[in-house]
Amino acid sequence: MAATFPFSAIVAQDEMKRAILICATDASIGGVLVFGDRGTGKSTAVRALAALLPKMAAVRDCPYNCEPARAAGLCAACTGDRASRTRQVPVPVVDLPLGATEDRVVGALDLERALTQGEKAFEPGLLARAHRGFLYIDEVNLLEDHLVDLLLDVAASGENVVEREGLSVRHPARFVLIGSGNPEEGELRPQLLDRFGLSVEVTTPSDLPTRMEVIRRRDAYERDPEAFIARWKSRDGRLRRQLVAARARLADVEVPDATLELAARLCMALGTDGLRGELTLIRAARAWAALEGDTRVDAAHLRTVAPSALRHRLRRDPLDDAGSSVRVERAVAEILAA
Amino acid sequence: MSAAEAPDLAPWLRAAMAAAVFACDPPGTGGVVLRARAGPVRERWLALLTGLLPTDCPLRRIPPRIADDRLLGGLDLAATLRSGRPVVERGVLADVDSGVLLVPMAERIERGLAARLAATMDTGRLVVQREGVQIDTPVRFGIVALDEGDDADERAPAALADRAALWVDLDGLRHDATDAAAALWTRDDVVAAARRVAGMRDDDTRALEALCTAAAALGIASLRAPLLALRVARIAAALDGREQVADDDVTLAAQLVLAPRATRMPVTEPPPDESADDEPPPDDTPPDDDTAADDTPPESAEAPGDTPPEPPPEPPPEPPPEDADDTTPPDLDDPALQRELEERVLEAAAAALPPALLAALGAGRPPPGAGGGGRAGGTQQGGRRGRPAGTRRGTPDRNARLNVVETLRAAAPWQPLRRRQRAAAGESAGERRVEVRVEDFRVTRYRQPAETVTIFVVDASGSSALNRLAEAKGAIELLLADCYVRRDQVALVAFRGTDAELLLPPTRSLVRAKRSLAGLPGGGGTPLAAGIDAAAKLADDVRRRGATPLVVVLTDGQANIARDGRPGRRQAGEDALDAARRVAIAGHAALLIDTSPRRRGEARAVADAMRARFLQLPRADAGTLSRAVQAAAPV
Repeated sequence: MAATFPFSAIVAQDEMKRAILICATDASIGGVLVFGDRGTGKSTAVRALAALLPKMAAVRDCPYNCEPARAAGLCAACTGDRASRTRQVPVPVVDLPLGATEDRVVGALDLERALTQGEKAFEPGLLARAHRGFLYIDEVNLLEDHLVDLLLDVAASGENVVEREGLSVRHPARFVLIGSGNPEEGELRPQLLDRFGLSVEVTTPSDLPTRMEVIRRRDAYERDPEAFIARWKSRDGRLRRQLVAARARLADVEVPDATLELAARLCMALGTDGLRGELTLIRAARAWAALEGDTRVDAAHLRTVAPSALRHRLRRDPLDDAGSSVRVERAVAEILAA
Repeated sequence: MSAAEAPDLAPWLRAAMAAAVFACDPPGTGGVVLRARAGPVRERWLALLTGLLPTDCPLRRIPPRIADDRLLGGLDLAATLRSGRPVVERGVLADVDSGVLLVPMAERIERGLAARLAATMDTGRLVVQREGVQIDTPVRFGIVALDEGDDADERAPAALADRAALWVDLDGLRHDATDAAAALWTRDDVVAAARRVAGMRDDDTRALEALCTAAAALGIASLRAPLLALRVARIAAALDGREQVADDDVTLAAQLVLAPRATRMPVTEPPPDESADDEPPPDDTPPDDDTAADDTPPESAEAPGDTPPEPPPEPPPEPPPEDADDTTPPDLDDPALQRELEERVLEAAAAALPPALLAALGAGRPPPGAGGGGRAGGTQQGGRRGRPAGTRRGTPDRNARLNVVETLRAAAPWQPLRRRQRAAAGESAGERRVEVRVEDFRVTRYRQPAETVTIFVVDASGSSALNRLAEAKGAIELLLADCYVRRDQVALVAFRGTDAELLLPPTRSLVRAKRSLAGLPGGGGTPLAAGIDAAAKLADDVRRRGATPLVVVLTDGQANIARDGRPGRRQAGEDALDAARRVAIAGHAALLIDTSPRRRGEARAVADAMRARFLQLPRADAGTLSRAVQAAAPV
C-alpha cells in the first residue's frame, strides 16, 4: 500500500471533504463532481480517502471483490460455495487514467490466453476493480464522451455488461464515481452533470495563513511521509470511526415530513428538473445527519448540503458562469430561514 | 571566468542555476520546462545538466508519442507468441527511478500521456494493470519537458508544467550568451548539496511566508508554486554550502520558480502608497532592483541593449562577505525584517518576469499560459477513438488495438501447415494450441468524427456602432450555446483600429469565450482585411491539427483600413475582398452575418468573395442563426 497524504490533514476545502464523506457514508447518493483550480487538493483528497476507509470483507479469489453477505449481488463465479471463504481487503479507489480505452475500462478478451491457448477468457477491466469502491476520474471533462456515458450508465445500473469480441459477460460493478476537472479546460454536458449526486466547486484558498498551512503540511509530508502520517493517525482514525458509525446509524436516521416538505419547496423554488434533485438532497442530508451523530434530519442539515446537491441541477444558461451557487444560496436563505 | 563579455548574461545564468538546482533533486523539484527551439543553446543547456547529474542518475528520453507498453511496461506480444509464455516488457518509467525523464515536443504531447506522467509523479508509484501484466513499483523522477512551442498558446500541458518547479525560457537567447557559467558548479557540488538538503531542518517559516506572499502578489493561484519554490530555496542554500535558508536563497527561488508563472504585475496589497509597482513599464526594464542586485545574481539583463548595464561583479553562488551576518540575524521574528524580505522577494521576482509577459500585461491582455495550455493534445486524433469501422492488417500499438477474433480467424487456415512446419523443424508444439504469427495480426480501425472549431470574427470598429456590437455579441452568445450543445470548440478574433487580434484561441470553455467577449471594447477603424486574414490563418492552423474550421464573420462590411494599416475606403475594400477570396480558395466553410442596419452591398460582396453563406442580423433570431451556422458547417 502506497503512502498517501492523510485525509484529515487537508487544509480547508470543507465542502469537498464533506461531500466525499457523505458519498462514502451512503453510496447510493451517486458520487461527487469536484470542479476547481489546479493544485487545490482534489486528487489528494480522493487518494486520501482510500487510506481512510475501513477494510471490507470480500470473497477470496474473486476478481470482483464480491460481498459475501449479499447473496443477491454476487458474481456468477461466487454463487457456489466459494462465497464462504472470505478475506479482508482495502476498499478499492481506482484511478481512471485519461486516455484509457474502452477495452481497459469495461474489460476485454485476455489477449495472452486467446493467442497462445486459443481460449476465450475475460480479462476484467477497471470497472471490475472498482466494484464496491470508488472510481476516480481526474479531468472528467476531458474524457471522451462515449466513455463518460458508459461510466455513468454502469454507475447507475450497478452492473457491467460486456458484449464484445465474442464475449458475453456481466458482472456486478457498483461504485461511487468521483470526477474532478478544471472548468477552464471545458465543461461537462448538462445531461452528465446531473447524473452526479453532489457537485462542489473548489478554489485556491486566498488568505495567506491558510495557504502557508497547506504548503507547510505538504512539505512536511513529502520530506518524511511516515512521520507525517503517524502524526495524523489518530485524527484519521477518529474520522474513520465517525464514518463507520454514520454508516451503521444511517438506516435509523429519521426524515420528518416537515423536512421533506422543506426540501420539496426548495427544489420547486429552484426549478430543478425531475425528482432526482429532491431525492439526492434528502439522502445527502440524511447522510450528513448520520455523520454528525444526529437521529433526525432538520433544516440545518438541508441547508448544509443543499448547495452541493442542487447547484448543478438548475436549468441554466450554459454561459452563466457563476450564477448557480448564488441562486441556490438565495433560495436556501429564503426557504430555510429559521 | 570570462563572464564579462557575454551579452544577456542573466537569462543564461538563471538557466544554469535552474539546471544545478534541478540536478540536486530531480524528483523533489518535479522538473524543468525548457522552452526553447531545438538548437545549440538548448543542447548546451542539456549538456550542462547532464554534466551536473550524478553519474548513477538515469536519464531517459521518450519519443513524443510513446506507446503505453513502452512507457509503463506491458506484454511483449511478439515475444510472447514466439515463446508461448507471457513475456513482460519493462517500460521506460520503471528504468528511470530517481532519475530524469526527458520529454521532447512537450507542447504537442497528448493530455493522456501528461496525465499518466503527472499521476506517477504524484503517487511516486508506477502502477500498471494491463493485458494480464501487473506492475506496482515505487518510481520517483523529475521531468525535463522540452517545449518548442511557437506562440503563447502552444505550450507544455499545464498538468506537467504545474508540477515542474523550474520554467526556463531560452528562446531568443544567443549562442554566445551561453559561454559563461559552465563551470559554476561541478557534479561533486551537486552531490554534496543533495546530501545537505536531506539533512536540513524545515523551520523556515520566514521563507515560506515570503514566498506565499510573493506568489499571491504575482497572481499565481496554484499552491504547488510556493511549495516548489520553498524546496528550491533549500537547494539553493545547500548549493551554497549552508544548512539554513537565507534571504538570498528565497529571492533566487522567487526568480526561478515564481517569476515565470506570474500572471500579473506584482501588487502589494497592504501599502497602497507604493505606487512604483502599479505602473508596469510595458516592455522596458522592470522595476529597478538595486537591493536585489547587490547580493543575488544579476537579474536586470532584460535591458533592451546588447550589453548589460554592468557585468556581474562576481559569480552568484559565492556569498558576499556580509552574508555571514545574514544567516544568523539577531531577531528572525522581527516583522520589519519579514516585511523587508517579502519586498525583496517580490522585487527579485518582478525583475525576472519574462519579457513576453510584460508585453502581454502591458497590452492589457491575459498573460500567456494563464489558461489551460497543452492545446495540441486536445485535438490530436488517435486511431483508437470513435466508432469501430472494420479491421485491417497491422501491428497493435498505441494507435491500434488488436482485434483478437479477426486475428485468430486470419491464423486459422494456416494451422495445419504451421504445425507441420514446426514438426519438420523438430520443435515440439508444446502447450500451444494455436500458432499465431505476427503477420496474422489484425487491428481495429476507427472512424472518428472530426471536431469542429467555430472561429468567430467580430467587427468591433466604430462603424459597426456600439449598439450593433452589442447585438453581434448577443448573436455570438446564442451561437456559443449551440456550440456547447454540439461540443464544438470556439475561437474568437476581433478587429478594430488598425489590426486584428486573436482574443481566444480554440477552446471548449464557454466561460472563457463569454468573458473575453464581454471585455471586448468597440471603436476605431474597420480593418476588415486584417480580421479575415487572422481568421484564415487560424483556420489553417485548425485544419493542420486535424479539426474542421468554420469561420463566422460578423461585420457591416464597411472596411476603411487597408492591410498596411493605412486608412482609405477603396484600398481597404479591395483588400477585404482579396482576403475573402483567399478564404474561399483555402476552402474553409464560412458564414457572414451582416450587422449593418440597412442593406448595403459591401457585406454581401465580401460574403460572395468568401463563398460564405450570408445572413442579415436584423432579421436573425436565435433559430435562424442556429440554422444558418448548421447549414454552413461542413459535415
